[in-house]
Amino acid sequence: MIRRAVAFIDERSGSASFVRKALRYAFPDHWSFLLGEVALYAFVVLVATGIYLTLFFEPSTAKTIYHGSYAPLHGMKMSKAYASAISLSFDVKAGLLIRQTHHWAADVFVAAIVIHLIRVFFTGAYRKPRELTYVIGVLLLFTVLLEGYLGYSMVDDLLSGMGLAIGYGVALSIPFVGANLALAIWGHPFPGDPDFWSRMYIAHVLIFPVLIGALLGAHLALVASRHHTQFKPRRVNGERKLIGVPTFPGQAPRSLGLFLAVAAVLVLLGGLVQINPIWLWGPYHVGSATNGAQPDWYLGWLIGALRLMPSFDVVIANRTVVPNPFWGGILFPLVVMAALLAWPWLERRARGDRATHNVLDRPRDAPVRTAIGAGFLTWVVLIFMAGASDRVLVFLNVSYASQIDFYRVAIWVLPLIVGLLAWRLCLGLKAKEAVEHDQRAAVRSARRAPPPAGSYPSRAAIGAAPPRGPSAGRTKRRG
Amino acid sequence: MKIGPKALALLTALGFLRGGGRRRPPQRIVPEGSSDRRAELLVAILLFGAAACAVMFVVVYALDWPNQTQYLGLCLGVALALIALALFVTGERIIVTEHLEEDYPPPGDPEEEAALAQIAGESAGPITRRRLLTGAAGAAGAALGIALVVPAASLGPVLDTESLYSSPWHRGRRLVGEDGKPYRAADIETESFYTAYPEAFVDREELAAPLIVVRLEPSQLELPPGREDWAPQGIVAYSKICTHAACAIALYRTPRFPEAEPGPALVCPCHYSTFNPATGGTVEFGPAGRDLPQLPLMVDAAGYLRAAANFSGPVGPSFWGVRTRRPSA
Amino acid sequence: MRRPLGKRAVPLSLAALLLAATIAAAAQPPAGIVHTPYGPGQSQRRLGAALFAANCASCHGSLGQGVAEPNPRGAGGVTGQGPPLVGVGALAPDFYLRTGRMPIERAGEQPERQRPLFNQREIRALVAYVASFGGGPPIPHPHPAFNRLPDGMTLFTEHCAGCHQIAGQGGYVTGAKVPVLQHATPTEIAEAVRIGPFVMPRFSPKAISDKELDEIIAYVQSTKNLDDPGGIGIGHIGPVPEGMVAWFVAAVVLVGICAMIGKRARA
Repeated sequence: MIRRAVAFIDERSGSASFVRKALRYAFPDHWSFLLGEVALYAFVVLVATGIYLTLFFEPSTAKTIYHGSYAPLHGMKMSKAYASAISLSFDVKAGLLIRQTHHWAADVFVAAIVIHLIRVFFTGAYRKPRELTYVIGVLLLFTVLLEGYLGYSMVDDLLSGMGLAIGYGVALSIPFVGANLALAIWGHPFPGDPDFWSRMYIAHVLIFPVLIGALLGAHLALVASRHHTQFKPRRVNGERKLIGVPTFPGQAPRSLGLFLAVAAVLVLLGGLVQINPIWLWGPYHVGSATNGAQPDWYLGWLIGALRLMPSFDVVIANRTVVPNPFWGGILFPLVVMAALLAWPWLERRARGDRATHNVLDRPRDAPVRTAIGAGFLTWVVLIFMAGASDRVLVFLNVSYASQIDFYRVAIWVLPLIVGLLAWRLCLGLKAKEAVEHDQRAAVRSARRAPPPAGSYPSRAAIGAAPPRGPSAGRTKRRG
Repeated sequence: MKIGPKALALLTALGFLRGGGRRRPPQRIVPEGSSDRRAELLVAILLFGAAACAVMFVVVYALDWPNQTQYLGLCLGVALALIALALFVTGERIIVTEHLEEDYPPPGDPEEEAALAQIAGESAGPITRRRLLTGAAGAAGAALGIALVVPAASLGPVLDTESLYSSPWHRGRRLVGEDGKPYRAADIETESFYTAYPEAFVDREELAAPLIVVRLEPSQLELPPGREDWAPQGIVAYSKICTHAACAIALYRTPRFPEAEPGPALVCPCHYSTFNPATGGTVEFGPAGRDLPQLPLMVDAAGYLRAAANFSGPVGPSFWGVRTRRPSA
Repeated sequence: MRRPLGKRAVPLSLAALLLAATIAAAAQPPAGIVHTPYGPGQSQRRLGAALFAANCASCHGSLGQGVAEPNPRGAGGVTGQGPPLVGVGALAPDFYLRTGRMPIERAGEQPERQRPLFNQREIRALVAYVASFGGGPPIPHPHPAFNRLPDGMTLFTEHCAGCHQIAGQGGYVTGAKVPVLQHATPTEIAEAVRIGPFVMPRFSPKAISDKELDEIIAYVQSTKNLDDPGGIGIGHIGPVPEGMVAWFVAAVVLVGICAMIGKRARA
């Protein structure tokens, strides 16, 4: 029966040989290679839950009076967007589950991309011939950040409304053209034209998902075309030959199972752990604000940067060339993105390494890369932590002003220390390995050429220099 | 008569025999694994368990249980988890996990690359006026590209930033509260803060509309020169919108015991930009790079607070021309 | 032969000493609290006067007139400085004493909620004594208006959320920590609104009427046991705890699953 079904499709599409190749495509087997898949499956959950949400959400800033089932908001003036999100949460069965699953999926999606990026960076998977794959991946990350921001801002609650206002301030801060750009996007000074909501909506539900899907498709196609990298295999030349598990039957249950596991985790979170309780925040109004307002976690690095900047606008002859939010809101993320994008070529230049690499490094095998990566990550993470200083004050009683002072120094000093420590750690681990390797080689050669009975092993046997002979074939030491 | 395999193959190829008529077992592609009946049973149990959870999901959905979201999430989540587990067990114990060797593709195919370059070169062969045509094509492409992008200017007043300077506060506009009731000067007490809007301004969702109004002791005031009469009876009004990134300044710090406690300050909750209401909204802490725009006030004959003129500067975050002029009356 | 404690004697006894000191310190009231002795028949006025003289006069003046300039000769070595208490009535001392915010060690430090430093009888005596300095509002008796929660939320957003956070989870204002409201009783909320303690603004009945105050109090009470239809509430402050769950729960579980189902490279 399988034969008949396959024949039906193949006779009409000619796809049998492609499918056969795809099914037997070998995928190297290491747990850290599954992290990118986790991100992919979170995206699938996002699209599925997102489609459901579009069936109920009303992207309109027209004002309405709330008369739904959540009592504390009764009679309040709010936008239809906010009212429809409240109605989705309280009056649509399973609406809150889907909405929360969607939001958790967004948070986990970005976390998975970051973890995947860290794996790719520290194993050198971005090297030739995979630079293009890597570049697409970095672009995906930043596109996804923007997509998430638009998504949670669409709801027009107090928290996200404040975040949108900050986005407006950051847009205005672009030197020379900021005002024009902000007016183009918003149509009118903040809160903008009603059109702005239509733009946010269509960007979030169509334009960006298609862009992300296309980038993702290109990313996966490139991975498949060049084949996935692998850690150094034992018995074959890893640069030439790949050892892996075929898609079918080997990988398929695992990957499918991982997809369902990701979906399970997200749905369980969506049902059991409350996220973004917009009914508590209330609707956004230009003159309202709440303490402790934060963006979603993946924009925390930006609020940290904005808070750490000292107070100054760059003014030349009455013209405000660089308003303050520019440094933290535009320059900082651009520097991070540029650094990430440029890295494969910087490393190539610095190492003079133009070869193709299919074999991954362990972090310890590239101490300088690991050190620089660790330092850079420390820089970004510290700025991220600075963004939550006010909640650290409330929780741990540490003075806010002191925290800001601390971070202003620490973000430059600690990355150097961490980088240095990482470098030493790599060298130490490699040295330890080399010693163990020598010891094992000595034991092996001692076993093959046992000393005469009654005598102690000679120096040669123990290992100052290996004895010649067919049994002494040492594999080349990794260097 | 025994027919040898070569003859058989020839006859099959010539169509005299149906291929596959003699069923030879095909060579194995997927190696033979060993069966694990216990694992199969486990998988079956997990799948039936998932089915039960999925059914429960439908049941919970149909009935109106309290804590619906939690039960729905639990049912669906556990169903998905059980199927995932079943698949993991299948992958681990039931199907065979092979380790195949495959070749990495060479980095690029020089022959094909050369062929592509050759195709491009040979196709362009007959063209004689290369420079001219390239220039013309470039001009057409660039101009068309620009033309297609130009309608984006309709998105907003891209070239006209006048709206960033406008504000509804002109001389004589009365200050009213959130409820629409006008403020008298006598209503404004010390150590408290008030949010004010322009009277009869239908659309209050505009950055320049909300004010934050506080009363200080006249002796505390140290306003910049030229603003001596902006604060009748010590009442000062500022834009409620932070000059850093447009959040509402909804915090007022005011000491109960000024001899030992920090002085009055208007604070923004987003990045904690702190403005001194006694000195014309100067920045004391936080990242804001520009003083808070102050609205000059006057008290009319009936004792109501009114704007005496427009703001001291444009409202909201800084931009290119923000220091070039005051909002238009 | 019995082994002497030897090497371990010093660290062990240091640890014991530290533990004893910590327990002893926790059992003591903050430096300077004087509980003047009294019997059951003691008049409230005399008790109040004695307690005030022993604990408050250094900063607030012997007759509640306040101490404007720092006075280093206060009782118990305290440098006294504090606002006048004439005309504060019963409302203010009741608030500060019941929430343990007074007495504080030095002027200018933020009074924070802790366990009350006096017992009920002492508090009543002190409140009556301070109220006797002259006039002032009595202890309020609010009636939270739970049937007007939307109004309460609107008023709370306008006057309070900027500092206290929309769900009363506290926060920061430059130079001070804003307290969470989860422990405040309706009376304490009413008192704080009328006083404006430390750097909090003060709202008189003209700015927030008693009716409006009842609505605000009802709203604050409602934030104490929220319904949380979405599941576990995780703090009601939004993305900070949400990000922690995404990383320390979801990411950990998912990376763990990858580690379990994938193979490791053999070293």
